Amino acid sequence: MQGKNKRAGFWYRNRHILYIMPWLLGFLVFQAFPMLYSFCCGFTDFHLFRGVHTVGTMNYARIFTDGEVLRAVWLTLKFALISVPLKLLTALAAALLLTKQLRGIRIYRTLYYLPSILGGSVAASVLWKAMFRDHGTVNALLAAVHLPEISWLAEPDAALWVIILLRVWEFGSPMLMFLAALREIPQDLTDAAYLDGANAWQCLVRVRLPMISPVLYYNAMLAFCAALQEFSAPFVITDGGPRGGTTLLSLLLYRSAFTANEMGYASALAWVLFLISAVCSGLFLLLRKKLVFLPDEEET
Amino acid sequence: MKQKHAKLLRFLILTAGAAMMIYPLLWLIGATFRTNTELFSSAGILPQHPVTDGWAAVWKAYGGQINLLAAMKNTYLLAIPKVLLTLVSITLTAYGFARFQFAGRRLLTALLFSTVFLPQTVLYVPQYLLFNRLGWIDSPHYLPLIVPAALAGETVLVVMLMQFIRSIPRSYDDASRLDGCNSLQTLWYVLVPQLRPVLISCGVLQLLWTVNDYMGPLLYVRTPSRYPLSVFVKLSMDADSGFAWNRVLAVCCIAMLPQIAVYFAAQRFMTPETGGVKE
Repeated sequence: MQGKNKRAGFWYRNRHILYIMPWLLGFLVFQAFPMLYSFCCGFTDFHLFRGVHTVGTMNYARIFTDGEVLRAVWLTLKFALISVPLKLLTALAAALLLTKQLRGIRIYRTLYYLPSILGGSVAASVLWKAMFRDHGTVNALLAAVHLPEISWLAEPDAALWVIILLRVWEFGSPMLMFLAALREIPQDLTDAAYLDGANAWQCLVRVRLPMISPVLYYNAMLAFCAALQEFSAPFVITDGGPRGGTTLLSLLLYRSAFTANEMGYASALAWVLFLISAVCSGLFLLLRKKLVFLPDEEET
Repeated sequence: MKQKHAKLLRFLILTAGAAMMIYPLLWLIGATFRTNTELFSSAGILPQHPVTDGWAAVWKAYGGQINLLAAMKNTYLLAIPKVLLTLVSITLTAYGFARFQFAGRRLLTALLFSTVFLPQTVLYVPQYLLFNRLGWIDSPHYLPLIVPAALAGETVLVVMLMQFIRSIPRSYDDASRLDGCNSLQTLWYVLVPQLRPVLISCGVLQLLWTVNDYMGPLLYVRTPSRYPLSVFVKLSMDADSGFAWNRVLAVCCIAMLPQIAVYFAAQRFMTPETGGVKE
């Protein structure tokens, strides 16, 4: 063995490098380098058609004093903090309903899952725009049950809810992961809880939810990260309006980079978004021990 | 008796939920057959005076450059190479991380995991500057969209695959090595056959993400004849939603069909753990 290793030389002993090379190369060229480059750009007034001058921290000063940016940050966080819990709770409720054996359960599961493969598409956003119009379908439904009509796309708060509802509608993917995790809970654990006199609610809160908490946690983190970069729904449905009510950070970023061509300012803005998502991920990691129940702590 | 009531209640809730979930899609199909004046007048699904002018105009071209069929073709010219290259690169990377010990592995694994939660939106501006320098903007082969994915850019899939490789006992690898396999042969003949369901799930997910992706093509595809479906759907909405909503919605209907077809075709291969459906 020793002799063979020596003969095969460097590439044999380090063949793992060849395997992870595609990712390493992609990471360095398409993620690390552009991020560093844009960090430098953030301190310039780089305009796509006008050239570059160093401006120091002016871009950052502009960001933190611009009401529009601060509002976009607030709206993005609000969107994420409402849509993620709503989506996960719906997914959890559906998964709990679907764990019990029932006739036709597969059909329900397919119907619940279907929107999640379509929801991210532009077509679904167009459909939402059609349904939430003034004098549109949703308002006709509201009128049918004697609720007041809402001008969904003309009120800033209502328009944000239109996008939230679209994202909640596609809860199928976390639902399936919860379902799989719920099925893996050993039967004797729940049996033991019932023997100790727990009711169904106590069994859920004390036994089943802790058992699936790793999956809940992972999905919360993924969904939160996806919510922070929401772009296509506000772009297609409301174009950031009405009166800036759905101008999320990604939309602002897109406009300053590709409508105004202010690459320097947009680079700084991208770094602000990066820091926000890094802080959010950091908070998640800090809370991991509190939120996730691990019977025997193991390295991930 | 109580159990029977509980069962009935569960059934009713499930049915009501399913109706709410599926209503927008049924409304969409019904709406394509409505006249444009009738379209928004009621919340019902069936049209009162069915017309087919929306469907008749569905293949209309915009500016003589792009129509629905060409946009679908473009989408798959982009998506199929992207999905295949993604599968190759994530398999190699996940194998390297899951089966080899090397100096710096912990650091690199931490980097890999952290990129899972790095929003793509953050990268659009920096990457655009890079691709602009490389002259890849509006590339006829969709290079800015395909190449990062071909270098295992979807790290969430790498992580998923890593978990599954780790769950396969190493004794399989050892046995194949004794039989004379080198590490690449071990991967191909021993691990890949066992990973097939996961790889199909990864492929389907990447396909759906690619077909649904809007911002990528919006930035990097400039020539109308190369527009993929997502950009085309937005284009037809901007052009026609004033007076021909039924046509726009018919376009949406067709744009959704391939995803549904892929989902049902792949359904039996996918596992619940990966967000797909099994049995």
